[in-house]
Amino acid sequence: MRVLVAMSGGVDSSVAAALLVGQGHEVVGATLKLWGGESDSGCCSVADVEDARRVAQQLGIDHHVFNLTEDFDRHVVTPYVGEHAVGRTPNPCIECNRTMKFDRLLHRSERLGFDRLATGHHARVAQIPGGPHSLRRGVDDAKDQSYVLSMLGQSELARVFFPVGEITKNEVRAHARRLGLRTATKPDSQDVCFIGSAEGRQGFLAGRLDLHAGDVVDAAGNPAGTVEAVELVTVGQRRGMGHGGDGKRRYVTHVDVTARRVTVGGADAVARSSVFLPGDSVTWVDGSLTGAAVRAVAQVSAHGRPIPCTVDADDERGGLAIRFETAQRPVAPGQTVALYDADDPDAVIGAGVAA
Amino acid sequence: MNGPITYLDHAATTALRPEVAEAMASVHERALGNPTGSHPPAQRARALLEDARDEVAAFLGRDPGEIVFTSGGTEAANLAVLGPAEAALRTRGEAVVLVSAVEHPAVRESAKAAGQMGVDVRELPVDRAGLIDLDALDRTLSSRCTVVAVMTANNETGVIQPLADVVASVRRRAPAASVFTDAVQAAPFVDLAGVAAGVDMVGLSAHKFGGPVGTGALAVSSRVTLSPRLYGGGQERERRSGTPDVASAVGMAAALQLVTKDRAAASIRVSELRDRLAEGLLAVVPWAHRTVPAGVPVLPGHLHLCLAGVDREELLVALGGEGICVSGGSSCASGALEPSHVLAAMGVDRGLAVGALRFSLGYDTTDEDVDRAIAVVPGVAAALRRTV
Repeated sequence: MRVLVAMSGGVDSSVAAALLVGQGHEVVGATLKLWGGESDSGCCSVADVEDARRVAQQLGIDHHVFNLTEDFDRHVVTPYVGEHAVGRTPNPCIECNRTMKFDRLLHRSERLGFDRLATGHHARVAQIPGGPHSLRRGVDDAKDQSYVLSMLGQSELARVFFPVGEITKNEVRAHARRLGLRTATKPDSQDVCFIGSAEGRQGFLAGRLDLHAGDVVDAAGNPAGTVEAVELVTVGQRRGMGHGGDGKRRYVTHVDVTARRVTVGGADAVARSSVFLPGDSVTWVDGSLTGAAVRAVAQVSAHGRPIPCTVDADDERGGLAIRFETAQRPVAPGQTVALYDADDPDAVIGAGVAA
Repeated sequence: MNGPITYLDHAATTALRPEVAEAMASVHERALGNPTGSHPPAQRARALLEDARDEVAAFLGRDPGEIVFTSGGTEAANLAVLGPAEAALRTRGEAVVLVSAVEHPAVRESAKAAGQMGVDVRELPVDRAGLIDLDALDRTLSSRCTVVAVMTANNETGVIQPLADVVASVRRRAPAASVFTDAVQAAPFVDLAGVAAGVDMVGLSAHKFGGPVGTGALAVSSRVTLSPRLYGGGQERERRSGTPDVASAVGMAAALQLVTKDRAAASIRVSELRDRLAEGLLAVVPWAHRTVPAGVPVLPGHLHLCLAGVDREELLVALGGEGICVSGGSSCASGALEPSHVLAAMGVDRGLAVGALRFSLGYDTTDEDVDRAIAVVPGVAAALRRTV
């Protein structure tokens, strides 16, 4: 098949390309230029593009660089800033997958006559012959990235390959070393590609958003401290909230950005047994939820613990009510909840974004 | 990477001409010393270098003493903009640099760097055709101006600037200023000896006219005071230190001889091929637009189109797959295409600019090349077109 491989300059996408070449596919590599500013995250800098290009040369495949900075700014960076302004905690990597890699780039690959788009994500796509495509966790549990791909549906899954999801990270590096790829020992990229390690999230947002100091109060409304930037406080957050009069840790139970007020409480006050996912944020790998409540497993962060739950339609509010078997720290508004099959916990069934 | 190649990207680079390769190889057939030495091989190197210098000077209609060999067009541009600016800052405490809005990044970025050094940098607007606005130039010029940079012809559109008018204006309004013209793109086809006669500094790049990459020249009139960018042994009369690349200079000179010999005939031949290509494409691709309005002087080999509804990145990948080699514009450090500041300065609609495509023909372009492009490009473009 003709396969376009998205090559970030990292070892995973390098080996993804190598595996596809080894399988006899007609492979072309492409690196996306998404961020025009400084980057030391290990993804998307000029040095990373050069690494990707060099690996492509070593594999004997063509390589292109696509400038998608405008779309990236519109679909990922601007919403990232905007969400923080209203006290939500977005996941830009998920938005990038949703709008850039598996939309913009996927459509481009189709227009250019490619049969498949491949990435270096640790996940697996499977298909029952004649049946729907499924999205599964990668074999390496510690590196599984199905969470950030949980928004994909049949039309995307039918056209993607995730070659390294079938092997462990150690095997990925071993393969890269065997092939003598330049990126074999390159460290994995950390954090968000457009936020530098020096400035951090606060530094990045401070340059684009008015950050406001806020008051911290307890459930009764008594003053309990201050925060530097109320827009950066996440519901459920423990960091920086200190201890209550009873000596117990305090957690953020509520953030009111407009009123510049953060409310804190003890562990029991912050425990939540459910989360609501508005209908327009919900996607299904295949089909949709009908009838009675479905047992599932939820994952609420990139490498979070899977949480047994039930998924129910909330017709009143128009969306899904996810009820956790055991109470959890709140899922911050804006965070993705990925849902897995209770009987086949490696299989993603759908996803939504916490209200 | 294997099929037949239809090369229509001469503005990016040209193939090393066989005569040039021969001339360069012959330089190493006997001992070649460092031109600054005194023994026979050094004398030989010096003689070869000076012969090459004479050739470049003759090509530009200038005195050999004005020719500074550089590592290419980019270095020439850096020297031309920053050299006089730095000298002025040092001696007068101020410098003013005017650059047209459509200059090559080598000039543009040099000007930006000058700005960081405290130089007053102003941009000279162009009109819808990409031609310098002579009224705006007149209004902006003052006795404080140090350098005025206007390229001879644009690398993206091929548009040829009214250099004589620019020079006349500068002499009138800013008699102390130096005019620099980046002639990199124009060199294969424009008689620079005539067209750039009154200009103070002229930049050349060998690989645009069949010479080797990594070598060029800056002609600098004796009235210009400039600080060098490279310090060291004081070569090129203190203007550009570093052991001169004799073989490359010889190569460049050989290439220039060939250009001069064939220029008139090549210009006619190439422009006819270009016109046939234009007609052929525009006849079957009604949603392709000539970027440069009719009647505007353009280099013989350039054809710049904007294809509505097509993304040039996709078009380049698809055309490359068919062996059709063209360009979409300037690239950034990572190799990704950047939005064109040239098209923006011309007021070209952003949506249209996304479909920018530059064909640039050269002295060795054939009828077969044009036939192939006409046969392949329309279908490829149509398949990628998004009508929504």
